[in-house]
Amino acid sequence: MTENQGTQALQQLRVGFVANLVVAASVGAYGSVLGVLAAKKGLSWSELLLMNLSVFAGSAQFVIVDMWLPPLPVVEITLAVLVINMRYLLIGASLEPLFVGTSFRHKALFMHLVADENWAMTMARFHRQKVTTYFLLGGGICVQSAWCLGTMAGHRLGAGIAEPERFGLDFAFVAVFTALVFSFWRGRQDLLPWTVTAVLAYIGASYVPGKWYILIGGVGGALVAAFTPATKPEVTPHD
Amino acid sequence: MTDASFAVIAAAAAVTYGLRLGGLLLAGRLPRTGRFRRFMNALPGTILLSLIVPAALAGGLWSWVATLCTALCSLKTGNVFLSMLLGVGIVAGSRWLGL
Repeated sequence: MTENQGTQALQQLRVGFVANLVVAASVGAYGSVLGVLAAKKGLSWSELLLMNLSVFAGSAQFVIVDMWLPPLPVVEITLAVLVINMRYLLIGASLEPLFVGTSFRHKALFMHLVADENWAMTMARFHRQKVTTYFLLGGGICVQSAWCLGTMAGHRLGAGIAEPERFGLDFAFVAVFTALVFSFWRGRQDLLPWTVTAVLAYIGASYVPGKWYILIGGVGGALVAAFTPATKPEVTPHD
Repeated sequence: MTDASFAVIAAAAAVTYGLRLGGLLLAGRLPRTGRFRRFMNALPGTILLSLIVPAALAGGLWSWVATLCTALCSLKTGNVFLSMLLGVGIVAGSRWLGL
């Protein structure tokens, strides 16, 4: 890497970190709830920290802590995590255009710190301005730091600080994603796929247990887009 | 840390990382033309929308109002932080007032 590329990477890292500060407070608040639950279930500080750093997936970690009863059901927990995190298969796939031209090592190193928040923040900018994988990584470092600080504080300090609902922080994720979703709108061609997505996601969330609704809505809507005849020659900004 | 707790965390971490990296590597091997390309191009928007809709609807009337205001604020100002504060403020306020 030349000096110029190095400076650019650092700059992208910083911009990505700062952009994700919007969600840092609510990520931290949710972490504190997990920390309190983990302490009650008897997880040690080091177990929780290891889980934060290695698993790094909010809803999956809540389920792990919930199922944490000795003797630990390793297979059941692993299967539950597989189902909840299945959406990362799609999220990973959707990042492909961002990673074009990077080495396997680069991909392997950068993909670990991909969470819903920094993924959404990166993709919302992808077709509008120049963002690189370092923007994604900077956001991941921001989210991971907030997550660790929150969970560790909850584990140490207990229930007193863990009431995100009182401050509406449970709504913060919906609000941030709502503010970002317009950047993903590509015009009238998206009307039908998005309507189908919304309906499928709602039905999925109401009638299918767990997090399957994300896959049902996401794949269903994208399939509609795939099978709708293109009305005009396809133009994508990055080709 | 016991062996069992290490095993649980290691397995969960391996599965999660496998999905993250697996999705990316798989997408690189798939065709980039026609239907498949239209599917992949639509995917980011439809995933994000799937994350939002059930959560926004589950919270009742004030969650609806807050989502709508967040959306309008974001369209008008383009400021993500301001839009989030508005939405969170409306939800927190409605709960505080017991609405």
